[in-house]
Amino acid sequence: MCLAVPGRVEQITEDAGIRMGKVNFGGVVKNVCLAYLPDIAVGDYTIVHVGFALSKIDEASAQQTLATFREMGILEEELGPSDDPTAEEPHNEIPHRVS
Amino acid sequence: MKYLTEFRDGELAAKLAYEIKQVVTRPWTIMEVCGGQTHTIIRNGIDQLLPEGVEMVHGPGCPVCVTPLEMIDRGLAIAAQPDVIFCSFGDMLRVPGTDRDLFRVKSEGGDVRIVYSPLDAVQLAIKNPSKQVVFFGVGFETTAPANAMAVYMARMRGIRNFSMLASHVLVPPAMRAILESHDNRVQAFLGAGHVCSVMGYWQYPPIVEQYHVPVVVTGFEPLDIMEGLRRTLVQLEKGEAKIDNAYERIVSFDGNREAQKVLSEVFEVCDRPWRGIGVIPQSGFRINPAYREFDAEHRFQVTNIHTVESTLCRSGDVLRGALKPNECPSFGKECTPRRPLGATMVSSEGACAAYYNYGRFISIEELAHA
Amino acid sequence: MPDFSNWSCPLPLRDYPAIVMGHGGGGKLSQELIEHLFLPAFHNEALANLGDGSVVARPAGRIAMSTDSFVVRPLFFPGGSIGDLAVNGTVNDLAMTGARPLYLSAGFILEEGFPLADLASIVDRMAAAARVAGVEIITGDTKVVERGHGDGCYINTSGVGVVPDGVNIGPSRARAGDAILVSGTIADHGMAIMSVREGLEFESTIMSDCAALNGLAQVVLDAGGDSVHAMRDPTRGGLGATLHEIAQASNIGITLDEVRLPVRAEVQAACDLLGLDPLFVANEGKMAVFVEASAAERVLAAMRAHPLGKDATLIGHAVDQHRHMLVARTAVGAHRVVAAQIGEQLPRIC
Repeated sequence: MCLAVPGRVEQITEDAGIRMGKVNFGGVVKNVCLAYLPDIAVGDYTIVHVGFALSKIDEASAQQTLATFREMGILEEELGPSDDPTAEEPHNEIPHRVS
Repeated sequence: MKYLTEFRDGELAAKLAYEIKQVVTRPWTIMEVCGGQTHTIIRNGIDQLLPEGVEMVHGPGCPVCVTPLEMIDRGLAIAAQPDVIFCSFGDMLRVPGTDRDLFRVKSEGGDVRIVYSPLDAVQLAIKNPSKQVVFFGVGFETTAPANAMAVYMARMRGIRNFSMLASHVLVPPAMRAILESHDNRVQAFLGAGHVCSVMGYWQYPPIVEQYHVPVVVTGFEPLDIMEGLRRTLVQLEKGEAKIDNAYERIVSFDGNREAQKVLSEVFEVCDRPWRGIGVIPQSGFRINPAYREFDAEHRFQVTNIHTVESTLCRSGDVLRGALKPNECPSFGKECTPRRPLGATMVSSEGACAAYYNYGRFISIEELAHA
Repeated sequence: MPDFSNWSCPLPLRDYPAIVMGHGGGGKLSQELIEHLFLPAFHNEALANLGDGSVVARPAGRIAMSTDSFVVRPLFFPGGSIGDLAVNGTVNDLAMTGARPLYLSAGFILEEGFPLADLASIVDRMAAAARVAGVEIITGDTKVVERGHGDGCYINTSGVGVVPDGVNIGPSRARAGDAILVSGTIADHGMAIMSVREGLEFESTIMSDCAALNGLAQVVLDAGGDSVHAMRDPTRGGLGATLHEIAQASNIGITLDEVRLPVRAEVQAACDLLGLDPLFVANEGKMAVFVEASAAERVLAAMRAHPLGKDATLIGHAVDQHRHMLVARTAVGAHRVVAAQIGEQLPRIC
């Protein structure tokens, strides 16, 4: 349940009294119902499930969360990486799943 | 995709795995209710990154798995009618009813269509005025606002040929039912993050207090799942039981008020049978009397269905976490992904299907290293 | 556009903007269609003889033959059409056997009422694809079914090619230890189709990757020689289905490194939106190559120098363990079993 993806609001319109918008998901654009986010604005990010925007993404919070993750495991790095026989070589420079 | 790809980073996952290892000293059993979270866990192999003894139990979080058999049979009967366009999310197409599924109905001439959004079904109704368009409205509280809006819009725009077969299920009553069962092993829950984006998480403190179980609202990407687990394990190790929100960028305590308003406008809470589990009181939504004309159960009086659940299927026990898939006598024999007896073998994140694919690999690995 | 100005019939075909039953009847209308549409487009000596079959010189080497039918909807999609698929699909099947594709047949089943202009466009695309691939369409057939009994246009193409002596590749010839290469980004075609599919459509710049692979296949064989064991172009069912087929046929297991799978960012976004796994989404211009590990670098370099192979990547290996199973190392460094799909992969909300 609950496959929802984040996208950027590019345009807001009204269709028969209901607030709709064009939302851009990494290059893919869909018409999305914005009725549940009356305060959302162009340029905001939102999470969309079955064509409905459900929540505005708090971008500062997102960045903070990632920063917290980056701070983790510091002790492991200071002690040095473990011998990992499955460690891979550097990735190819082709554009796979670059955001 | 921004705010998605970053939360799949392998290096950060390794850091989180390390942090989790530092915390855990004892075995723990944690359940994630939401099927989308189960999908991420299995798809990425996250449980392999956890310390020995931390067990993930996959809960009844998949509307595919828990839609009552009778409702599926009803949908199949409606879809088979000649002037009906039956619209559904892709997930439902392979779910077995008593003797067939939507694919079979389609091959026999039924007009069955996959849509991305319930609004697409409303559009089909507008474009096909001589047909009855029926939308199969399943899902948790995450999907309910979308389905409610479709009905609301149909009323507003006077669309007479649209109706919905609604079979929604609610998360908090399911969690209570699991905690109440005599053989419950679940000690903590990862809260369903997108359900909470709609409902908030004000419903959980009473559960946390009554049963002394930590509930951590968790997202869906690998790093979100691992952070949810980390916070849960910290609580468990300390003997704490609190509600916590690990999906702060999306979820607030109150949730989405606008969505909740439309939910109460169109739906009402009802008792709901969960396939394989049984009736959980006050655990579902149905279309309320004010919108009855859009309720497909009323518009289509389906009387000739004879629902027979497989006597062999143990998916209910699996969904509650009381039985592992490979402990079911039919597992891999009468019941396989190609010929599923129950919904947990159909859906790719159904516990039985996941076990069928992954579990075999594990046993092969064990043999290889024996 | 074909030239309609020389129609000889007293009721010139240009007055029929759409296909009628007579076009499949073998009479004057059929003849007009052949002489004024198919022949000018496909433009070769063998076809111009207008016999029941076409006779060509026998080439040296073993004969490879392949057939495929094309029923795609919509007929015209971002980056291609049923016409491109009809030629490239059969050219590619031949190329994957190690053959040099030479001749194609083209059978059309048209629905009464199908617009002639659409047929002309499709035929033009076929002609263009054939020119690029270096093949000739030397024989064909047209039938017309009553309105409501077809879906506009179905095409079958069969093809013959020649396999040089010493080339012995096939899906059962992969061996444990082989490196697995893929020629470029996956899931482009399937998501291009999805982007215009009713109920699921979305705006994007995703284009089908439909292309003839015989040139690239030749590059692979020239660079790798005997160390190339198998080549396959994943179409419906995606790369995942193709790898499963080879694993079964060769009795090997396969390990993949998911992070290495080349997927365009927009295609990945579309897959994330609909809940699809790119491994099981269709392709129409990519190939998987199983080659001895020692030759992998050399073959990869040769592929990358070719316009259709510039994103070629090493994605995994054939192994002795977990035979018939595909196991992928995930982005977080764990493993998942990539199970074979039962039927078509469907969008999900769960």
